[in-house]
Amino acid sequence: MSEATTDDSRDPLTIAQQWRTQGREVALATVVETWGSAPRPVGSHLVIDGEGNFHGSVSGGCVEGAVVAEAVDIIGSGRPRLLEFGVADETAWQVGLSCGGRIKVYVERLN
Amino acid sequence: MELATLQALNDERKARRAVVLVKSLDDGAERLVREGDAVEGALGERIAEAFRSGQSRVVEAGGAEHFLNVHLPPARIVAIGAVHITQALAPMAAVAGYDFEIIDPRTAFATPERFPDVRLHAEWPEDVLARQPFDPYTAVAAVTHDPKIDDFALKAALEAGCFYVGALGSRKTHAKRVERLTELGLPPERIERIQAPIGLAIGAASPGEIAVAVLAQIIAAFRSRETAGKGRSS
Repeated sequence: MSEATTDDSRDPLTIAQQWRTQGREVALATVVETWGSAPRPVGSHLVIDGEGNFHGSVSGGCVEGAVVAEAVDIIGSGRPRLLEFGVADETAWQVGLSCGGRIKVYVERLN
Repeated sequence: MELATLQALNDERKARRAVVLVKSLDDGAERLVREGDAVEGALGERIAEAFRSGQSRVVEAGGAEHFLNVHLPPARIVAIGAVHITQALAPMAAVAGYDFEIIDPRTAFATPERFPDVRLHAEWPEDVLARQPFDPYTAVAAVTHDPKIDDFALKAALEAGCFYVGALGSRKTHAKRVERLTELGLPPERIERIQAPIGLAIGAASPGEIAVAVLAQIIAAFRSRETAGKGRSS
């Protein structure tokens, strides 16, 4: 059929396009790899604006805060980064995945 | 990502066309590949695999790492018939995350009052499908009980390779339906794909219960099919 009825109000890629078109600074985070019991599948998106507002998810809420902080830096520098999160490091209780999974998240600026 | 790339990606998604966004993890270069576009070499093979499997993943090709994000159209349910079962099915489909539309030319049934916030076509299936045909990412549930309305849609659904085709009616009603579809020239192996009586066998009796049985059967078909929509992401 010619039109999709995907819920635009919750679709991160639609929101990213709207925000950028409105002139807001925008970064897009994408889950590119997962190991173990990662909460969100590969391809999931989080969209972040220059003020730290965000939509979507890359985990079940475990690492979004850290991704948002990185995204604000990446909006400034314009250089994409590949972030990795797991439970194996010392920061696990701050920004780790309590489920025991590991994820890689690619964060880039929307130009 | 460039805004132009994102716009093109969103346009393809809205048009229900399958695409893969190829992103180099080495230098950030990106490319939107539509199903059927020719891409050479090992990367082209990986992309073809991604369309088949629906799985987004990182691949190595030509000594570089690429992330392939597969965007297959979201699964959609089209109900033929704006009946009591459909009134229960519409909100449940939305909760389960499926797009939902209704086609019923009987304007007494297909009213916005009966179906608030639902895409409703108070037209014959022939007219709606001429504008927006079925595709393999669509489930069709024919529930009018009226061959004049159901049969054309069922034939179109089987010919389009819809991932689910179900039809309301007893075994006796269905036997007559099989005869009619056979006369319309459909081969037996296609007609056999119709789920009838419709819905999982859970003893559903009320319209709401039948809607649960139908939705569960659609989910089972969607999650067990070979390719369409496995990479549903948001």
